[in-house]
Amino acid sequence: MPGESIFPTLEPLLEQVSKPIQYVGGELNSTVKDWTVGGDHTVRWALMYPDAYEVGVPNQGSMILYEVLNERPDALAERTYSVWPDMEALMRAHAVPQFTVDGHRALGDFDLFGLSFSTELGYTNMLTALDLGGIPLHAIDRDDTHPVVIAGGHAAFNPETIADFIDAAIVGDGEEAVLMVTDVVAAWKRDGMPGGRVELLLRLARTGSVYVPRFYDVSYLPDGRIQRIAPNPAYPGVPWRVAKHTVMDLDAWPYPKQPLVPLAESVHERMSVEIFRGCTRGCRFCQAGMITRPVRERSITGIGEMVQRGLAATGFEEVGLLSLSSADHTEIGEVTKGLADRYESSKVGLSLPSTRVDAFNIDLANELTRNGRRSGLTFAPEGGSERIRKVINKMVTEDDLINTVAAAYGAGWRQVKLYFMCGLPTETDEDVLQIAELAKKVIETGRKVSGRNDIRCTVSIGGFVPKAHTPFQWAPQLGAQETDERLAKLRDAIRSDRRLGSSIGFRYHDGKPGIVEGLLSRGDRRVGRVIEAVWRDGGRFDGWSEHFSYERWMECAARELAPFGIDVDWYTTRGREESEVLPWDHIDSGLDKEWLWQDWLDAIDEVEVDDCRWTPCFDCGVCPQLGTEIQVGPTGKTLLPITVVGGSPLRERTPSHA
Amino acid sequence: MQKLRVKYARRGRLRFSSTRDFGRALERALRRAEVPMAFSAGFHPHPKISYANGAPTGTASEAEYFEISVTERVDADAVRAALDAALPDGLDVLEVVEAAPGALADRLEASAWEVVFRQTALADLEAAVDAYLDAAEAPVSRMFKTGMKTFDTRSAVVTMSAAAAADPSCAILRMVVRHTTPSVRPDDILTALRAVTALAPPVPPLVTRLAQGPLHDATAGVADPLAADKAAAGS
Ligand code: SF4
Repeated sequence: MPGESIFPTLEPLLEQVSKPIQYVGGELNSTVKDWTVGGDHTVRWALMYPDAYEVGVPNQGSMILYEVLNERPDALAERTYSVWPDMEALMRAHAVPQFTVDGHRALGDFDLFGLSFSTELGYTNMLTALDLGGIPLHAIDRDDTHPVVIAGGHAAFNPETIADFIDAAIVGDGEEAVLMVTDVVAAWKRDGMPGGRVELLLRLARTGSVYVPRFYDVSYLPDGRIQRIAPNPAYPGVPWRVAKHTVMDLDAWPYPKQPLVPLAESVHERMSVEIFRGCTRGCRFCQAGMITRPVRERSITGIGEMVQRGLAATGFEEVGLLSLSSADHTEIGEVTKGLADRYESSKVGLSLPSTRVDAFNIDLANELTRNGRRSGLTFAPEGGSERIRKVINKMVTEDDLINTVAAAYGAGWRQVKLYFMCGLPTETDEDVLQIAELAKKVIETGRKVSGRNDIRCTVSIGGFVPKAHTPFQWAPQLGAQETDERLAKLRDAIRSDRRLGSSIGFRYHDGKPGIVEGLLSRGDRRVGRVIEAVWRDGGRFDGWSEHFSYERWMECAARELAPFGIDVDWYTTRGREESEVLPWDHIDSGLDKEWLWQDWLDAIDEVEVDDCRWTPCFDCGVCPQLGTEIQVGPTGKTLLPITVVGGSPLRERTPSHA
Repeated sequence: MQKLRVKYARRGRLRFSSTRDFGRALERALRRAEVPMAFSAGFHPHPKISYANGAPTGTASEAEYFEISVTERVDADAVRAALDAALPDGLDVLEVVEAAPGALADRLEASAWEVVFRQTALADLEAAVDAYLDAAEAPVSRMFKTGMKTFDTRSAVVTMSAAAAADPSCAILRMVVRHTTPSVRPDDILTALRAVTALAPPVPPLVTRLAQGPLHDATAGVADPLAADKAAAGS
């Protein structure tokens, strides 16, 4: 019977796998609804974060959709995660299907299978889930009995590489979008499911904001570039460009209200409140910043209520104030001070996961660690030289950085972590070697202001991967070998300084995973064959270095792309011209392609652009399309202390002798 | 400062939670239940909790224990209800008592276990039990932090018997096992049982700790380790 729990067949396997707790569900605040909770037309979603449970369970986006959907009386949503290879092998041996951790229902029983991709490295895991779920890998092979597979998340902004495997993609904010899709599915069910799967997909596509790859045709030029991507005329009403979803008023969406509290250990052992969405700093490498415009703030009182309610619902000991650049909230000072005051006695810690470099942040950081140890602070100048920082539009001067670092060491911080990228457009060895100079200055300054020799600085380097819908979408990516060589020179430059080198830590990744990410980020439909070949060859969990195999990706790519006369370099290290049709051009992120191109030219000319919240609008295209002004505070409100009357409610009552 | 002793059960699918998993869930539940916990001093204050002799991950238990310290006097029954409500279903708080003098750990001398063998004939289990009890020694080897160790399981077993289950395809093993060092775990005994006969259940057996406490040699039963605390509280 559909919707029945498969737990009895799963249970014996749990004794034989590592960390079985991740497969049993039962988390605090999780929900299991009756299979027919909304009657015959109940709309049933399986939601997946295609990574291990420990990474997926704290994911905010998935948690929000789970709750928003379960609040609907006519719908239910359950969660599923990637199973580790030991479990996969047992499931195959015992014919146990991919299951949800809530009701332990088979994935194939649901109407909709929604996947949230924060990175492209989850694609092979999607194929595992489909296959274990008994769902054909290719969308065109599915029939009315199979779930409609929908991709979302940042990686869905270029859905072309997975176009063969998904029925649909949705870009932008998910909370209103999933409700809209639920409405469409519910109406189609009530109508008696006319026209089956294709009719349902058509109805979704005709909303203008659901991309259904099968309704679009792609043609190629003889040199391998795309000639055209256009709706197939056999399906009238399918839009040329698919719009992204944008939630305008975050205060109207205070989710998650009941964050999940897993029993198993997860990567974020805290509760998170998203304090704003979007970022207008305009760092040119940053896909997240570009595709989530405009900035929408949650009010200080809205934040206060979410923290209060969330802590009561979870008992977490730490609250993360989440956003792309948390210190940019217009009332961040009042928010952190207000929360620190409120929760001082209950020992609830606060953290700001992403912050920018400026002196103001030191005050913030000091506020956050009022009673604690000042161990480490992270800054992200991203580029080593002044020149390259102009290219990427990270408007931080060396003086800014040194002043900030001086303030940090002066306030008692012992360790500063600096985050940089390697392989940025126009970058030379010289730009990267500047990182060493900067780090040495940081140590010298730190020793001077703190008067101690035991302060440290860690330099952490990530490889730059050009992403869709950014000004760098046309840029050539630096090859893996060149990246490694540049980083080796930098390492030598740091190590060779005998006086300061020992105080500087150096962490970096080799250039190989970045090339695979680059292939998947800017690939087109032809790359789908590579993903499938890698998966068939055993590729799983590509985000985990112990499972990732560069060689496997390169071998499969060479084999699968050869018939088209192209290769991995063609997708990664090749620069693109303005006239080239990009695989994601028909996905409308709100940004004008002309504006992005102009910004790319400005980058090459080392021209910076200010944050458009504080200076005149640069007409990137987002705001007029959304018919909105950028929403920014300040509200001028503050957080009042929450008074606890009479201590613990469990206090022993003193017997009254009347 | 008041010290409380708590007995809880770990049931159903939450038997797959480890003692560490339970620890995290408990700290959060204590906050949600607004139990006035006492914290350790230092930069990273931790609530003062001490765990006693947790059952291995994968086994269910009706008798797990821990102690907590609170900063103001609380009503033990109110704490029991609030903490039970704040923990996920399957981690169920059974009793809370104020601690009387004497260490709890010293009272946990032995455990009573029940093991359900699925798809196993009672006669096969009985034969295995007889063979095991007849053996003078029943050694097993297990990996420890310090390396592979071989140790006897037989001397730790106080009683052992087989019984029929309501479901005729299952058979039940009951045993009382003394807490020793290295500790003899139920799975060690199952390994030893398998070694003395050809007992080979097709699915892993379900193990539940029914009780742990002082060992009464006369009856070979396990007594309530909180009896002394309850007596003191009642006086
Ligand atoms: S500050 Fe720059 S890097 Fe950070 S989110 Fe905004 S645009 Fe991206």
